[in-house]
Amino acid sequence: MSVKKAIFSPLFENNPIALQILGICSALAVTTKLESVFVMCLAVTVVTALSNFFVSIIRNHVPSAIRIIVMMTVIASLVIVTDQILKAFVYDVAKSMSVYIGLIITNCIVMGRAEAYAMKNGPVMALLDGIGNGLGYSIVLVFVGFFRELLGSGKLFGITIFQTINEGGWYMPNGMALLSPSAFFLIGIFIWGLRTWKKDQVEESN
Amino acid sequence: MKFLRDFLDSQHHHFATGGKLEKMYPLYEMIDTFIYTPSDVSKGSVHVRDSIDLKRTMITVAVALVPCILMAMFNTGFQANKVLAATGATPEGWRAGLMATLGLAFDPASCLSNMVHGALYFLPIFLVTQVAGGFWEVVFATVRKHEINEGFLVTGMLFPLILPPTIPLWQVAIGISFGVVIGKEVFGGTGKNFLNPALTARAFLFFAYPAQISGDAVWTAVDGFTGATALGEAALGGMAAISTSWQDAFLGLMPGSMGETSALACLIGAVILIGSGIGSWRIMLSMTLSAVVFSGLFNIIGSETNHMFALTPAWHLVIGGFAFGTVFMATDPVSASMTQAGHWIYGALIGLMVILVRVVNPAFPEGTMLAILFGNMFAPLIDYFVVQANIKRRLERAKA
Repeated sequence: MSVKKAIFSPLFENNPIALQILGICSALAVTTKLESVFVMCLAVTVVTALSNFFVSIIRNHVPSAIRIIVMMTVIASLVIVTDQILKAFVYDVAKSMSVYIGLIITNCIVMGRAEAYAMKNGPVMALLDGIGNGLGYSIVLVFVGFFRELLGSGKLFGITIFQTINEGGWYMPNGMALLSPSAFFLIGIFIWGLRTWKKDQVEESN
Repeated sequence: MKFLRDFLDSQHHHFATGGKLEKMYPLYEMIDTFIYTPSDVSKGSVHVRDSIDLKRTMITVAVALVPCILMAMFNTGFQANKVLAATGATPEGWRAGLMATLGLAFDPASCLSNMVHGALYFLPIFLVTQVAGGFWEVVFATVRKHEINEGFLVTGMLFPLILPPTIPLWQVAIGISFGVVIGKEVFGGTGKNFLNPALTARAFLFFAYPAQISGDAVWTAVDGFTGATALGEAALGGMAAISTSWQDAFLGLMPGSMGETSALACLIGAVILIGSGIGSWRIMLSMTLSAVVFSGLFNIIGSETNHMFALTPAWHLVIGGFAFGTVFMATDPVSASMTQAGHWIYGALIGLMVILVRVVNPAFPEGTMLAILFGNMFAPLIDYFVVQANIKRRLERAKA
């Protein structure tokens, strides 16, 4: 697999959320504000890339029976480090995201890539694959977060775009966008658009 | 009317394959078959035993909705005029101007004044629904190259009836767009939607803009006037606090969403639907029975703190959207259960959920909309088990 493919195919051709339907939980939980979306994306990309890298390095020394536990240990350590760094440098955002940083451990993308890719490929390619999948995850999250923050509170990155009625403007915020179901609708619309564009992703109906 | 036929025929070549407006064929087809009987008929050995088709089904529902629509206009005007007469306020805006031009006073005793005033609220909402919803229907029919069918006719009539008269028109447009696109077209269009599109649209507005539609404050079409709905009153102070008499609630002379206040109008609609075989009497009956049984059960259990426990079954049936939901929403043949045994389970499930949301859940005063959507979700599952049970029964019979 070429370097280019490892990084770019997870963006649209093999998107972890849109095609593999992994990591939906955090896409619902942290997408009400673009600011937290970016922190989350960064954290997930770093964790996926590094966990892929380290798992790939030790892949030939890990007995197959305990590989899941070993991966879990690697991922958990990375998530704790990430959590501490975020708390040190962007404390407010990290606090507003509460448990969801810690829950990156349970993000299916991280574990899925370690198991599916890093166990079979060299460290450099695994690292690139992790970055690619992190970016694929980020694209969907930014899409969802953009619409949720814009429609739900009339803002982007906390900067007012539509002046809401409560602040004396004209825009009536859409309360639905702040509730989790709206993320489902937006992810659904994203997948709809993606599969209209790339027809080969449409599942065969039986 | 020959000239109309001639005109349509003379335009046909533009829309036929290879014509310059080929892409717009669904639009031409819709207008043609709306005015005339379709020319394509079944050939060969077909098994059609009745001339009923989608068009006739939908038009029967539209006819059954007429009492509700008339009542919607009358009651909206009546409630507004009553408040105006009581407060002595003078309304402003285009409606007031039009009423003055027609020489009508805001008089709650005048039937005509009520009708016209109500229509001035109902018709804009109705028109916006038709235009916005119809737009999406045409877009999807054109892109997917299928015919525009009558499914939207009924959705477009149901939706305005379950909205409050004070709703802003842009919310109507957003709501019906969501209902048609996400509730119906993404699943493949009429006949493939597992949720009722009109209720999906209302549920969207309900969660997106709760201030305008949540149902604890009343929607009388007068600026600056709010009160509590019958359900809101009952939740706060029990049955004694309801300011409407049972008879008025049955007739529909109380504030609420436009078309659903009158249990009587819904009853007339039910007779038409059941008589013509369009609506399932099993769903209506089991939903009503279930609501009566479970609200009766809550009566017996009783509660010191929750006044809704004491609301009698007779009241539950006439207030809120229960009657309208039972007759027109739950019986939607696409999103309801298909099997006859399934009808009973489906209706009973919705009846139970209505009472549970109304009585036990403190967050929402009215539960009919949510209960029916909940029932829609379970309809395929119910059908699955009914069919599996049938297969099992027949296998055992074959074995014996």
